[in-house]
Amino acid sequence: MAALVELRGVVKHFPVARSLGEIVRGKRPAVRALDGVSFDVGSGDAVAIVGESGCGKTTLGRLMLKLAEPTGGSIAFDGVALGGLSGDGLRDFRRQAQLVFQNPFDALNPRFTIYRAVAEPLVNARIDKAEHKDRIEKAFRRVHLADFDRYFDKYPHQLSGGQLQRVVLARALVLAPRFLVADEPVSMLDVSVRAGILTLMREIREAMGLTAVYISHDLALVRYLCDRTLVMYLGRIVEDGPTEAIVRRPRHPYTRALVAAVPVPDADQSRIALPIKGNIPDSSEPPSGCHFRDRCPLAFARCAEEAPALREAAGGHRVACHLELA
Amino acid sequence: MILEVDKLQIDYQAKDGVTRAVDGASFVVPEGRIVGLVGESGCGKTTAVRAIMGVLAENGRRAGGRIVFKGQEVDAATTKRLLWRDIAYVPQSAMSSLDPVYTVGAQIVEVLTKRGNANRRDARKRAAELFDLVGLNERRLADYPHQFSGGMRQRAAIAMALALSPSLLLADEPVTALDVIVQRQILDMLRDLQERLHLSMVLVTHDISVVAYLCDEVVVMYAGQVIESGPVREVLARPRHPYTMGLRNAFPDLMTDAMELVPIGGSPPDLRDAPPGCRFAPRCPFVLETCTTGADGHSLANGHMSACRRDGEADLLRKEALDPVTWQRSSSFAAS
Repeated sequence: MAALVELRGVVKHFPVARSLGEIVRGKRPAVRALDGVSFDVGSGDAVAIVGESGCGKTTLGRLMLKLAEPTGGSIAFDGVALGGLSGDGLRDFRRQAQLVFQNPFDALNPRFTIYRAVAEPLVNARIDKAEHKDRIEKAFRRVHLADFDRYFDKYPHQLSGGQLQRVVLARALVLAPRFLVADEPVSMLDVSVRAGILTLMREIREAMGLTAVYISHDLALVRYLCDRTLVMYLGRIVEDGPTEAIVRRPRHPYTRALVAAVPVPDADQSRIALPIKGNIPDSSEPPSGCHFRDRCPLAFARCAEEAPALREAAGGHRVACHLELA
Repeated sequence: MILEVDKLQIDYQAKDGVTRAVDGASFVVPEGRIVGLVGESGCGKTTAVRAIMGVLAENGRRAGGRIVFKGQEVDAATTKRLLWRDIAYVPQSAMSSLDPVYTVGAQIVEVLTKRGNANRRDARKRAAELFDLVGLNERRLADYPHQFSGGMRQRAAIAMALALSPSLLLADEPVTALDVIVQRQILDMLRDLQERLHLSMVLVTHDISVVAYLCDEVVVMYAGQVIESGPVREVLARPRHPYTMGLRNAFPDLMTDAMELVPIGGSPPDLRDAPPGCRFAPRCPFVLETCTTGADGHSLANGHMSACRRDGEADLLRKEALDPVTWQRSSSFAAS
């Protein structure tokens, strides 16, 4: 299927405070949040971006929604470059692309009623007020809050976490978008209500034919929601492939460590040592060549000299590693 | 038993009345074992642990029950003496146990000199040993907390808790905010410390997978009460309380083939207005009329306790609990 979102060589640097020495030497240190990221999101696909904190996944989500501008490279939505958008074009994009916030307890203004919170995107998009009620009711039905009259006049603190997350979803859906970015959509919810939200998100995406990008550190969750997974490490994609294959047969040494580290609710699980060393290095000074090399159990000389390109491997994967990993 | 908690009751005084956050919770910690105290937010697990340490919030008070440490009853007067020396606590956020304006080393030295009566030279030597024990380079003792990553801060907080060689360590969500790889490194370190120092441990967590990986025993709390407890292997393989069964099926598991999630309807009750009888009854698909009145059940077999009144039918219920349709029967399913 045709790509809805296309990223080409996307780079994002965040400048950090300079020391006197760095100013004297004319150095401009920066956190390299994204270091040349390219991929397509096919129309109607559900793609996961996984990685640890600091890998650049949240920055990537923000760039895809034009909530921040890349330092280099380009992003296109439906064939139109985001960089050149303004005025009506930008407003049109904002209607079609929505963000689902991470923390439902922070996502809604505590002084707004639930109705006003969900109506806000409609106001911003200059939708005729006569249409508001109808659209809002429809969005509430989508998230299984069919008794919507009960919620409209309430304030966020009067709702449970599960109900709030449904309202946050309704707010993202009220403009009938084509593209959704969800950043850790259930990480703040209690375990017993998470499953309800996850099943709902899958159902909505399928029913509305949405294209979605889920950003998460949790591979188990991603496996439930997405057919395809991109694994990031220090600003670069290290592996890209079908989620099931990535979970069952991870190829990149980093993905292998990530999969091995996920705890499972089984007391008889194997407790093998993790195939990884040390901690994530400072992202303003990543190692030369492959960013993962100083933690990799398989690193060799070439890894320090040359950054491995993301290349095709067996099973529909793309892997950024110099080794032929079976 | 190094620790026995018997029918513990904790009340919080708020503007609009009293909330009983822990209501008759009983559990034991066998010597040299790691016990996982698991439940959702508001279930009382953190409150229970803070009560053991005698560090309840200002509006909290012990309303009943006993806490016995090494055969000796613990009350407000004795906890002060036990704190750090015999029982140590790693609070929920490692950042909150470390003071941002002092170096990490200075803070560990202070614990050793103020509470442990060590002289400064010995204290500095011991601080270096402690850092080595938790896998931190002793040069980092001169750093401030903000110079540490999340995982390093957690290691430093654990080093500080171990300063006076306690025999019981209480850790509240020690890996919750951490990435999976760092999380695994900390869990492996805790197991290693437990073995090397013959520690007993209580690990408070909402994550049943963390319990499965690290703990020997598990205590499941719901709405202020212990609803199931026993050896981890036994409880996870054959849960006997419907809430534990639900938790087990409600979250995606990385390695199983089952891809169908089974949500539990509704949310935990508001403790200011707890339902009569079994507190899980409004969300339980197996609820009977008798569940909503009177006292909870209490069945104990081979160290495996369940508070479900239908415990006799547990094997049958467990099979039914695997079917998503079962859970749609509960009265709160639509309202979640």
